[in-house]
Amino acid sequence: MSTLTLKNIVKEFTSGSGASASTTQVIKGVDLEVKDQEFVVFVGPSGCGKSTLMRMIAGLENATSGDILIDGQRINDVGPAERGLAMVFQSYALYPHMTVGENMGFSLKLAGVSKEERAKKVNAAADVLQLGPLLDRKPKALSGGQRQRVAIGRAIVRNPSIFLFDEPLSNLDAALRVQMRIELARLHAELKATMIYVTHDQIEAMTMADKIVVLQGGVVEQIGSPMELYHHPRNRFVAGFIGSPKMNFLDVTVTDVQAEGVTVRLPDDSESLVRVAGQPEAGSAVSVGDRLTMGVRPEHLILDDSGPLGGQVQVIERLGGVTSLYLASPDGSGDGKIGGLKADDQADSGWILIADGDVASRVGDNIRYTFDSARAHLFTSDGLALPSLDRHPLTGLTRQDNSLSSVSAAQATDV
Amino acid sequence: MMTSSTNSVAAASMAVNASRARRSVLNRKLVLTLVAWTIALMMFFPIFWMFLTSFKTEAEAISTPPSLFFTPSIDGYIEIQARADYFKYALNSVVISLGATLLALLIAIPSAYSMAFLPTKRTQTTLLWMLSTKMLPSVGVLLPVYLIFRDLGLLDSRTGLIIIYMLMNLPIVVWMLYTFFKDIPKDILEAGRMDGASTLQEIFHLLLPLTLPGIASTGLLCVILSWNEAFWSLNLTTSNAAPLTAYIASFSSPEGLFWAKLSAASTLAVAPILIFGWMTQKQMVRGLTFGAVK
Amino acid sequence: MSTRASGRTVGGLRTLSLQAPAVGLLLMWMLIPLVMTLWFSFQRYNLLMPSVSGFAGVDNYYYLLTDPSLWTAMGNTLLLVGWVLVATVVGGTLLAVLLQQEFFGRGVARLFVIAPFFIMPTVSALVWKNMMMHPVNGIFAWIASLFGLPAIDWFASLPLTSVIIIVTWQWLPFAVLILLTAIQSLDDDQVEAARMDGAGPLAIFFYITLPHLKRAISVVVMIEMIFLLTIFAEIFVTTSGGPGLATTNLAYLIYIRALLDFDVGGASAGGVIAIILANIVAFFLVRTVAKNLEN
Repeated sequence: MSTLTLKNIVKEFTSGSGASASTTQVIKGVDLEVKDQEFVVFVGPSGCGKSTLMRMIAGLENATSGDILIDGQRINDVGPAERGLAMVFQSYALYPHMTVGENMGFSLKLAGVSKEERAKKVNAAADVLQLGPLLDRKPKALSGGQRQRVAIGRAIVRNPSIFLFDEPLSNLDAALRVQMRIELARLHAELKATMIYVTHDQIEAMTMADKIVVLQGGVVEQIGSPMELYHHPRNRFVAGFIGSPKMNFLDVTVTDVQAEGVTVRLPDDSESLVRVAGQPEAGSAVSVGDRLTMGVRPEHLILDDSGPLGGQVQVIERLGGVTSLYLASPDGSGDGKIGGLKADDQADSGWILIADGDVASRVGDNIRYTFDSARAHLFTSDGLALPSLDRHPLTGLTRQDNSLSSVSAAQATDV
Repeated sequence: MMTSSTNSVAAASMAVNASRARRSVLNRKLVLTLVAWTIALMMFFPIFWMFLTSFKTEAEAISTPPSLFFTPSIDGYIEIQARADYFKYALNSVVISLGATLLALLIAIPSAYSMAFLPTKRTQTTLLWMLSTKMLPSVGVLLPVYLIFRDLGLLDSRTGLIIIYMLMNLPIVVWMLYTFFKDIPKDILEAGRMDGASTLQEIFHLLLPLTLPGIASTGLLCVILSWNEAFWSLNLTTSNAAPLTAYIASFSSPEGLFWAKLSAASTLAVAPILIFGWMTQKQMVRGLTFGAVK
Repeated sequence: MSTRASGRTVGGLRTLSLQAPAVGLLLMWMLIPLVMTLWFSFQRYNLLMPSVSGFAGVDNYYYLLTDPSLWTAMGNTLLLVGWVLVATVVGGTLLAVLLQQEFFGRGVARLFVIAPFFIMPTVSALVWKNMMMHPVNGIFAWIASLFGLPAIDWFASLPLTSVIIIVTWQWLPFAVLILLTAIQSLDDDQVEAARMDGAGPLAIFFYITLPHLKRAISVVVMIEMIFLLTIFAEIFVTTSGGPGLATTNLAYLIYIRALLDFDVGGASAGGVIAIILANIVAFFLVRTVAKNLEN
């Protein structure tokens, strides 16, 4: 049983000294509830504070204010080693002068565990990670993936209540990353431990998490299951951050607000009903004439010669199974710019459309397309999403439902 | 047919060109070798000649033309011990430079540790200030130091020189240790903290093993600088605590013109330091330029 | 990723008292003698004449600055520093480039070239004075005789030049060592790109190598300056400042005043001047180091 609770955590850094001192808030009041055996991923762009948040949980950094509780105990003033956590560092931070075995047994040695006991625990952890043959090597003699496994092994040996992973896969090549992702998921199932994982890679977040915490600028933008974030982003930032390629955005005008949804006018003057709540009782009133931003994911666009949206094809990427079409924006603002390739993510104005692999379009063609209005999103001018009227059926899905080990359990409870 | 034969001709001429190019690369290398070695031998010659002379008799040492072939004798070495108690001076040098080095390391390690791992806004200023003390010319403070030492009875004492050399080298030692400590990834120490290491355990289990090569080369540099120092040793010692620099200087008197003995004494005094110097040249650059040249 | 500079680990050691011994000792080492030197320089204070004492005002400085031997010594100091700098920097740069090339036995040749730097100053001065430059038995005299030339009595006829040669021999390796290290950090791709652009060896040297070495050279110049301003042992064992004042530099003049004449006041005034000179150089050196520290 290990739960973690964060209550209004704030972290300030002071720079300068004396009268000219200025404080920067890197974490601006974060609340979070991590359940036992949950796999929680902190995700966000560089500098969003996710690493700082994890380091505060680890005890490597002081929280300026707020409470950190493990199993209900406030541990703000407890040293890192006494918190019963283990951390896997981005750089692995293996002790270069110790063998793999010594690396893994170091914490036990410091705790005064006898040599035999130590060897037993190290060997057990090594078995889990298939590190047995490497125990006498120095980290220098290991490959990146092996070092990664040693770092995880060192954490396992401590038998922590909570595992912390700080971007553990970012130094691995793409193929190894996929493999380690699967291995970590397996470990989580096997160890039945609570895990907190920091990454800037939304694919890692989507594939591994029970619960994703999206951070930006020291603020939690949204907390939810991967499918919830994908289908029901709370605001434009989350909508753009989760999903790849990124969601397409377009400025639209409200023409009607009803119980069935909000009707908006598209650039070609056609109108479309989006199934979101816009009436006052839904808590998000919009009225006719309001300017909103519509967001549709590239995979939810459908080629259609009579579709309401259109644009010139600027780049085509054929992957065989699917084809990505980079288009000028439907409202013409993206002319000459290529969606997703511009430096400034926010101002992206080109559109991307994912079509099947056999689409015959060529660069320069003007194509028309439509979209699935049930999967479109509307955002107000302050970036908040209008709540969807239909919950997506998969939003309640947990990660365990995707893995083989839980099939029997799932059948038993008959989801 | 035509093309294939032209091709083979072209290939042949290319092969010739290639071997010509190879030969010209080789020629270039030979010329460079000749030039570089000429200069290197010229630079090294005085040391070589000193070494050679140390095995001559006094008569051979001053013979003209210089004798290159002779029966080596170790009389010079025996004489300097018999007449001047060479080992007393050598022992002074060893005690003083080792003492100063150990003391400097002892004082510098905590300081460099805190600068590298607990940096504050003042760390850089402190470091630069320390360096600037190194730039105070010794001669500018000769008199006060001389007078203080006289009053404290430290003139001509090993303790006195140990203190002076320790202070003289402290900035460089702190600086070098700081750069070595800073090279240790912070993550490793944090991992140690997560594993439950106390500050002392952190220093002994992680920091020292990881920086041992750096600490050793810092120590060697400090030994070299103390061993070769010749301003304070000449001015603050007379006989009791005189290290080798001062002993060798005694050969400068006109009546002390015994080249074989001078060479023997010098060779012994110089050999260990030359080897240390060769071993630590890389770190030396770092230490002497305060990291401005890497 | 995020700024961690001022973060503190919970339970970690947080103490600047670790620095206290080093800082305290250096502060004492710097301040006490400095203040004493300054104070002495305004005193009438001669160890041989204990009866003469009291505040001297600027008399010590007045006597020192109007004493022609100070200006001779300053001139000698300048000549010594200037020539050694020119010789070591130019020679050091060329040698560094040479030793960077591929040739047989490069490693050993490098060791030979840098060796003189590790020789204690009294040894190198005496070996040069006796075995190299001796007018009768020295190697130079023998070489001159091979060509039928008269031997030069180096320390009698060219005393300052002789000292300059010895000091250059000692410091040339220092320049080589540092410039060679700096050259090794020159990106090979940059040289190859220049070669693709049609640059010959000379163009590469002047447009690529030399600019790359700029900072290293300035560091060599500053560090050598600080050490060369107060060259002492080499003069002490070879010429004792003579003949006359021919090889007396500022450091040696102060030494004469202090430990031969025991004129504490006058010597201290000289010391203050030496400190000021060194500090002008030190200022620039510290600035360069500081700039580097920020990168």
